[in-house]
Amino acid sequence: MKELFPKQHVMGFGFSLLLTIVALSVVTLDMSYNIAFTILLVTALAQATVQLVLFMHIGESEDKKTLYTSILYAVFVGVITIIGSLLTMIWGYQ
Amino acid sequence: MSMEEIFHPMQEPMILMAAISIVVGAIVVVAGLTYFKKWGYFYKNWLSTVDHKKIGIMYIAVALLMLFRGGVDALLMRAQTAVPNNGLLDAQHYNEIFTTHGLVMILFMAMPFVIGLMNIVIPLQIGARDVAFPRLNAISFWLFAAGCGLLNLSFIVGGSPDAGWTAYFPLASTEFSPTVGNNYYSLALQLSGLGTLMTGVNFITTIIKMRAPGMKLMKMPMFTWSILITNVIIVFAFPVLTVALALMMLDRQFGTQFFTMANGGMDMLWANLFWVWGHPEVYIVILPAFGIFSEIIATFARKNLYGYKSMVMSMVVISLLSFLVWAHHFYTMGHGVMVNGVFSITTMAIAVPTGVKMFNWLLTMRHGKISFTTPMLYALGFIPIFTIGGVTGVMLAMASADYQYHNTMFLVAHFHYVLIPGTVFGVLAGYHFWWPKMFGFRLNEKLGKLGFWLIAISFNVTFFPLFILGLDGYARRMYTYSESTGYGPLNMLSFIGALGLAAGFLVIVYNIFYSWKNMPRNEKADVWDGRSLEWATHSPVPEYNFAVVPTVTQLDEFWFAKKEGRDITAGKFEKIHMPNNSAAPFWMSGFFFLAAFFAVFSAWIPAIISLLGVFGFMIARSFEKDHGRYISVEEIMETEKRLRGDK
Repeated sequence: MKELFPKQHVMGFGFSLLLTIVALSVVTLDMSYNIAFTILLVTALAQATVQLVLFMHIGESEDKKTLYTSILYAVFVGVITIIGSLLTMIWGYQ
Repeated sequence: MSMEEIFHPMQEPMILMAAISIVVGAIVVVAGLTYFKKWGYFYKNWLSTVDHKKIGIMYIAVALLMLFRGGVDALLMRAQTAVPNNGLLDAQHYNEIFTTHGLVMILFMAMPFVIGLMNIVIPLQIGARDVAFPRLNAISFWLFAAGCGLLNLSFIVGGSPDAGWTAYFPLASTEFSPTVGNNYYSLALQLSGLGTLMTGVNFITTIIKMRAPGMKLMKMPMFTWSILITNVIIVFAFPVLTVALALMMLDRQFGTQFFTMANGGMDMLWANLFWVWGHPEVYIVILPAFGIFSEIIATFARKNLYGYKSMVMSMVVISLLSFLVWAHHFYTMGHGVMVNGVFSITTMAIAVPTGVKMFNWLLTMRHGKISFTTPMLYALGFIPIFTIGGVTGVMLAMASADYQYHNTMFLVAHFHYVLIPGTVFGVLAGYHFWWPKMFGFRLNEKLGKLGFWLIAISFNVTFFPLFILGLDGYARRMYTYSESTGYGPLNMLSFIGALGLAAGFLVIVYNIFYSWKNMPRNEKADVWDGRSLEWATHSPVPEYNFAVVPTVTQLDEFWFAKKEGRDITAGKFEKIHMPNNSAAPFWMSGFFFLAAFFAVFSAWIPAIISLLGVFGFMIARSFEKDHGRYISVEEIMETEKRLRGDK
């Protein structure tokens, strides 16, 4: 019976609910812009990890190397695009 | 919008003529299909096919058609600027054709040609029976076709986009481009972009999951490698375009302020987003060409590809660097020295992996026994001409020097020197190389070579003068100039070259008809003495590709098996599982087309109704039970016997 209980999924569901509530606190509680954004960034990353690991089982398939590589690549492209756009459009703009 | 506004482009005689010829052409096709009773055949075998080879052939057919559409635009531009103060086109018409020339050539000629070749070749090269998601593949094609049709419709109905293929804001905003032209831009590109994105997902999955047993990643043919990397770039670059186009549509049709100059909008953000997609896009069309050249050079030099690992590594590095250089497209738009410095360095860095590839190709040919076939001529022509493009690229990469070159004909000459020998020579080489695999007969070599020499020589005559004109200060996108500038003679020379290029492309198309009539049909499967798996199966390829899926132990297994006298396709036949055909992708894209067309004119109610049609097909698909079908052993045996000709 123990094997049949979807422990991971229930845990994942709990975590996602918790993370959503924490993220929601940014709107309901009164806090500074910097703190609010830090909370949002951290919970968003945690949420993405929960989804990938607990629901999409990223580490459990035989081609996990491919999956991790493509996620790394995606993070690389995303970070470059965002930081680069900020650099060209705001920080480095004369 | 009144009818008069919608049909205003037809007041111009040239456009009216083009419109009439399109209508006449359509009537001829419809009448022909009816007369020869081919509607059923056409519908069953082409419109509703999910076969990767047929989809590939349709991609290439559209690409060739669009080559002529874009080519006519180019000829008109060169004719207009051939002499000073020419009145052939007015400024508006000139704006429209340089915009559509760019769009058509990049998105509706280069892209489908590349995607068409990858459709035909990749499953064969990796020993698969189809792509991972055959029906998705059909949707990709029909969405692309819908986008292509929509953009081509624009010049008759409502007016073409006229703000350049880059559609920079604020010029592309409703304030400065009040016609529906740029609505066409955002929606047509959106449709075909969605198709391309699906192709990306499809081919990554195919290459990762469906390789023949034993074919490790580092044992894949170089073309497959280049396509894998290309599709990775597609998947990461195209979403940026999707978002940018959606924002453009919102700005133009819903009054948002993303790219405006007031209310917190930022016009430069469009240029930024466009090139975040646009620069990787350049590598999306050039890397497959690198793959094609690698195959062709190894095949016709009769040698193993030199430096396999460094070839793969350099492509991976190029794909990463391609996301790091986009700001070099707007050095002069006001960011500081630090930003320009960073992007200068990353841009020049791309020359290093590209140089590695160049030397690898040269070293592959060293001591080789080269046979000068048409595909090999394109590969050989590519190396010196592309190098000129690369060297001028490094010149442009220097931000401070770029202030001199920016927006001049020097830039135009540079990117034609990269894209024509790179992409166009590449796809033409692949087209001549794999033609016998598609249709079972060769293209005539004499006509092929004539086409190559006409194109290679005329290309230089057309575009080399533009370097000089650019250095003399001739700005791009000027519809005319005065005689006192002295730009006349070189522009005339360039026009003469353009005529030669047109002649070259006509020879290539004539070659199809000539070879179809005259070339022998009993061509053997391995016409070129090839190296990779696609040459192991029959020409033309049977529906199931391989009767027995070959097992691979090394790179170029087929080549070594041939030398050792082994037959890698031998084995016991088993029934083969194949996907069913479906016309749903065609009709679904039809609804997409209608939705986009109505959206262009902001007719939201019919657009939403058409979108409901799209959703209807999605829902139907969710409830559809389609487990494919099996080809029986007897049927395979019969087909194999017929294709072998049992001599």
